Amino acid sequence: MLAEKYPEEVKQILGRYPPEQKRSAVMPLLFMAQREEGFVNKEAKHEIASMLDISETEVASIIGFYTLYHAKKEGKYRFQVCNDLPCALRGADKFLEGLCDKLGVQVGETTNDGFVTIETVMCLAACDKVPMFQTQSPNGIKYYENMTIDKTMELIEVLKMADKEVK
Amino acid sequence: MAHILLRHREIPRINEIDIYEKNGGFKAFKQAVKNMEPTEVTAVVKDSSLRGRGGAGFPTGMKWSFIDNNSWPHYVVANADESEPGAFKDRELIESNPFQFLEGMAISSYAVGANIAYIYIRGEFWELTATLDEKIAEMEKLGYLGNKLFGSDYSLKIYTHLGAGAYICGEETALLESLEGKRGLPRVRPPFPPSFGLYGKPTVVNNVETFANVPLIIDKGADWFKSIGTPDSAGVKIFSLSGRIRKPGNYELPFGTTFRELIYEHGGGIIEGRPVKAIMAAGASSSMILVDDKVLDTPIDYASVRKLGADLGSASVIVIDDTVSIDWVINKTLNFFEHESCGKCTPCREGTYWMQHLSQSIHAGNKRKQDVDLLYNVAKQMQNKCLCALGEFATMAVVTGIERFPQDFNLEVRE
Amino acid sequence: MTKQVTLTIDGIQIDVPDETLVVDAAKKAGIDIPVFCYHPKMEPVGMCRMCLVEIGRPMINRSTGQPVLNEDGQPTMQFMPKPETACTNLVSEGMVVLTQSESAKEAQKDIIEFLLTSHPLDCPICDKGGECPLQNLTMEHGPGKSRFLFDGKFKMEKQIRLGELIVLDRERCIICARCVRFQEEVAGQAVLAIDDRGRGSEIISVSEPGFDSVFSGNTTDICPVGALTTTDFRFGARPWELLSAASICGQCPVGCNITFNTRREAKSAGKVVIKRVMPRQNEQVNETWICDKGRFAYHYAKSKERLSKPLLRKDDKLKTTSWSSATKLVAEKLGEAGKDTIVLASGRLSNEDLFNLKSLADGLGGKAVLYTEMGGGDLVTQIGVGQGTNFSDMGQGDAIFVIASDLYEEAPIWWLRVKQAADRGAKLIVANSRETKLDKFANFVVRYSNGDEVKTVQDLGGTGKIAQAFSKADNAIVLFGSDGLGLEGSTHLATACANLLEETGHIGKANNGLIGVWPKANDQGAWELGFHPEPDLAAILKGKAVYIVGADPANDNPALAKALKKAKFVVVQDLFRTATAELADVILPAQTYTERDGTFTSGERRAQRFYAAVPGLGESKPDYAITSEIAEKLNIQLEGTSSVLVFEKLAASVKDFAGLSYAKLAEVTEQWPIVGRGDLYYGGSTYENTQGLGVQLVSASDRGETVSIPKVRNDAGLRPKKDELLAVPITKLYDRGTTVAPTEFLTERIGDVTIALHPEAAKKLGVEAGKRVKISFEDVEGEAVVKIDETISAGVALVPRSMGLAIREPVVIKVQ
Ligand SMILES: Cc1cc2nc3c(=O)[nH]c(=O)nc-3n(C[C@H](O)[C@H](O)[C@H](O)COP(=O)(O)O)c2cc1C
Ligand code: SF4
Ligand code: FES
Repeated sequence: MLAEKYPEEVKQILGRYPPEQKRSAVMPLLFMAQREEGFVNKEAKHEIASMLDISETEVASIIGFYTLYHAKKEGKYRFQVCNDLPCALRGADKFLEGLCDKLGVQVGETTNDGFVTIETVMCLAACDKVPMFQTQSPNGIKYYENMTIDKTMELIEVLKMADKEVK
Repeated sequence: MAHILLRHREIPRINEIDIYEKNGGFKAFKQAVKNMEPTEVTAVVKDSSLRGRGGAGFPTGMKWSFIDNNSWPHYVVANADESEPGAFKDRELIESNPFQFLEGMAISSYAVGANIAYIYIRGEFWELTATLDEKIAEMEKLGYLGNKLFGSDYSLKIYTHLGAGAYICGEETALLESLEGKRGLPRVRPPFPPSFGLYGKPTVVNNVETFANVPLIIDKGADWFKSIGTPDSAGVKIFSLSGRIRKPGNYELPFGTTFRELIYEHGGGIIEGRPVKAIMAAGASSSMILVDDKVLDTPIDYASVRKLGADLGSASVIVIDDTVSIDWVINKTLNFFEHESCGKCTPCREGTYWMQHLSQSIHAGNKRKQDVDLLYNVAKQMQNKCLCALGEFATMAVVTGIERFPQDFNLEVRE
Repeated sequence: MTKQVTLTIDGIQIDVPDETLVVDAAKKAGIDIPVFCYHPKMEPVGMCRMCLVEIGRPMINRSTGQPVLNEDGQPTMQFMPKPETACTNLVSEGMVVLTQSESAKEAQKDIIEFLLTSHPLDCPICDKGGECPLQNLTMEHGPGKSRFLFDGKFKMEKQIRLGELIVLDRERCIICARCVRFQEEVAGQAVLAIDDRGRGSEIISVSEPGFDSVFSGNTTDICPVGALTTTDFRFGARPWELLSAASICGQCPVGCNITFNTRREAKSAGKVVIKRVMPRQNEQVNETWICDKGRFAYHYAKSKERLSKPLLRKDDKLKTTSWSSATKLVAEKLGEAGKDTIVLASGRLSNEDLFNLKSLADGLGGKAVLYTEMGGGDLVTQIGVGQGTNFSDMGQGDAIFVIASDLYEEAPIWWLRVKQAADRGAKLIVANSRETKLDKFANFVVRYSNGDEVKTVQDLGGTGKIAQAFSKADNAIVLFGSDGLGLEGSTHLATACANLLEETGHIGKANNGLIGVWPKANDQGAWELGFHPEPDLAAILKGKAVYIVGADPANDNPALAKALKKAKFVVVQDLFRTATAELADVILPAQTYTERDGTFTSGERRAQRFYAAVPGLGESKPDYAITSEIAEKLNIQLEGTSSVLVFEKLAASVKDFAGLSYAKLAEVTEQWPIVGRGDLYYGGSTYENTQGLGVQLVSASDRGETVSIPKVRNDAGLRPKKDELLAVPITKLYDRGTTVAPTEFLTERIGDVTIALHPEAAKKLGVEAGKRVKISFEDVEGEAVVKIDETISAGVALVPRSMGLAIREPVVIKVQ
């Protein structure tokens, strides 16, 4: 339960909007819910709906609309590579292909260890620092710019180590 | 000339509040609250001819003056959704010169009588937002935000609100819906936000860069501002330069700078010295400008770019050289728009999908004339019928690309 | 302030109020602008873009504010460079609208083509075929053929259930969001939404149960394609094979106007059967909506269990007999009993039936008793709501007070209309001993302890904030029910409400007065005709000749079953062989209201006609005819050959019906929005009302007569003592009643019999949610499944009526 686990933060989020407009808090609360498992589970959906006096169906439809919310579990880290026009003009597609080869997955797939999912995304406002991607994980969203495949593979190792330490 | 917006390039650590203060920071806000009526502030901005930097180029002071004083409360919202492919200027501003943007927002809030202002910022800027929240907290601590500012009766709170991956939320009414906790679907307009905005209340929505201009306008006056740029487009503009360019990046230049200067002097020219083939001046939403010497010598301002059969939009300049085929470019833009169409209105929802299919098959080598004709037709068919500008944007590159680069579609040159 | 403006649409000049949308103005001028997403009862959203037209406005000289004139002295028109949506633009003075210009027609054709890139062209197997706006508009405005030649059309699992009642075919959906918007804006229950975005958009419902709303069926009427269908009707018939008969829903006192669609079919052995129920427009009663109970719970009429022949008890066995011998015996026995005759009838019957029954009882000097557990109807008869009352006219400045009623379960369309009045600014006061779905929309929620109903009403006569909101209102209506109450409690409550209305001056004018939320469709009619309930029914049955019509007391109440066994003679006239019928000496098979014509009087005292939709079953007859046949043998002259004659007699003898006739009840006037004509896309497939809007009865208050309302004592009802558990009855929409249970696909919604307890009470009893418990009181025993309800008090348990547990009034129970 989010309200039990993070009472202060929930209060702080609700406090940003007029009390009769608490529905506005749905987006920050969904981000919060995703910190748990990287996606919004059923309990969280239910809790957010009742906290904000909206229906669960509405919460589901909001999750469905925005690409940064997920209703299903994927790899712990989603590597979201930008291959939109400006990045593609500077070699993003080649980088993406190379990375997929190295990891042995296709776009949209997750590595066997369930750690990395490779996805493509639309422009991330980093068109001058290609190749680039962001990672989305329970720890939030982080940009990595001017990358190479080797640097990316190193990053994955570092993230795996950190993950083990936490466990 | 020293930077006006990207001031961190001369003043390192201007993103720290004491450095910002030392360099004249918050002087304008204080001056406005203590010594100016809200309407005076609006009048100065109006007089400065500042136009919105989010794409549409609407006169900012005029927008503020439209705020409906028969309905309260008022809100100010900063549009930091920056999702146009090729745009990355607001991000640098927020990262490196955040207080100038925040001060601009504060002045605007004072001018239109808003006590709460929100920054709608794209969800991908997650880390940046955490930093921005700290900056806001610092302002509160030093009395630049909060209750009864500078001993006056005026109070102001600023909050950030993260988007979650939807280009359409850059469209101001979709943005407001999203901020209200709904799906980001654009509203029917009119009514416009200054009369019916956030929670149905009068609201001013401006772009981050627009706000960042305001403190200096108040500080140095409208005439100073108008002395920069061109009569049609006053001031400076941050150009996000990307594509087949040697030195991509943000360049702050006065309006009226030529494409040639931007590309060759600042951007270092084209990779491997190839010739420029096309310019997209407004990101993926651009018309494709067929480049020749005359184009390169065109000054960049709203009116001149329009004369080239294109729009300047947010000045996200994507440079395309002769190694790139336009049918591929179109396919990329259509992938984007098909993915980002919100689905609310029929022509955009179905049209982007249809066009994406056609261009995919054309790009895959199936350049049959009837397919290209149909693609052109569908784009034309979408125009003027969509609920918001996204649908229109989706057709720009298609129509102008096919018209102006027929050889890339194996078509005879149309007269 | 609205003002009239003049505009020209396709050359036709028309005057309309300045807050009219162009699309509606065109409709009024007889011009159909095609629409998909626009619906006249919902906010325009301009999303389908089907209604694109050209709009010109006179150019205005900024300095003078006057129109700029051209050389002919005519205003210069300024046309927008692109077509505009007629559904989002308001009219303005001097506007010129072109719906048939090249550019407008081109735009409409283009939009249809876009829609068809996604939409399957499988009209021959689509349920909407024949009444499909998309099909019709494609014929009228669409391109000849599609240029979308990809495999990219939607390919999806053909049907998914949004719930047990509604099926979605996602391939066919055109994302007009009418269904989503109906649920959110009109019904106030956002249980539908759109998932994903762009072309991936699809309708979802994740509520439990799926599509959890009693208004769900309406979305199938307003869906402009075959995307939403009901489990009941889908693939049941083609629209063009169907005949239609106007009727009035018999499920609750709202009196929704409906249409039965019927056809003769092989599958039903060549019989004419009802295939579906559709709403019929009556803007003063149900607008264009009906609830799901009204739409789906009609199957009982064709149940195999129906009685089709008279039965007579011989050697303690019920055997078929002829009508003449059956009625002969009944007449004989009633004649013998004379004033010891009791006619016990329910509000399920029509006015004509009840009038004949009352006349028979009067003729014999016997007693006409209304079979009900709710009192106060004699007050409603006197006060009623003023003539011309219409919830749609209520809003800012008005007040509505709902007490002891769970409107959502008891009278859903009233719930909807009260909620909408509150949306428009009417002050809504909801008083109950527990939470109900109306609370969410109320300005004031009053929570009282069971037993404090009368006091709660009296407090509203005081000086508090809520009391002021009520008494100062321009208009005020009180709806009272029997939530948690029996006959006695509801009678006191009604009296208190009548006192309040009289004291605050809210009687005798439109949108003021008292409404009883009765359990049956025509309870109000029964009261009007002089039927009254009997406080101790069991006591008076002993040794009497009892003529029971449309009621099943033996099933409802063991005490009454016992009493009936001690009656001298029992004749039961009904649709089914009920528990009461099993005790009868004679059983007479009656017809359902779908098989004959007649009138009902709604809770708002509107007399409305229903018409026969299907032939009568077997030898069954209309109730009024049976009664007249019996009467004839007793030399009491009643009309029996046709209901119109009965009604004439009724109108001649009952004051409030004076001047009414079937012809009068069948009158119609133009209603807005215009629905149901050729252009189904505009208002949905709701039927246009061509067969009568009915007439609201005049009341004594309307006539300005002084009404005699007894003063109510501060009568506290029964309350639980320490360590006692007081069971009180509540009403559920879907119950096990004979008119609901035979509809099989409602079984899940009917569910199990429950007992709702406060968490503390449950803890004390050592029971938890979902557990089955034994319940006993007096000499009744039963079982129920425990539900937890935090909003009730600890000493009270809620038990739904008609679910198998005979709780008719507050009673102390034991739970194990
Ligand atoms: C599809 C679409 C996307 C847009 N995206 C942005 C954006 O990311 N940032 C922005 O400032 N304006 C964006 N705009 C423009 C806004 O609607 C609006 O005009 C702007 O925020 C107003 O601010 P300004 O007057 O300061 O330019 C977008 C418009 C459309 C139609
Ligand atoms: S299901 Fe019908 S009403 Fe709902 S969006 Fe689809 S087409 Fe419209
Ligand atoms: S846009 Fe007007 S009816 Fe849909």
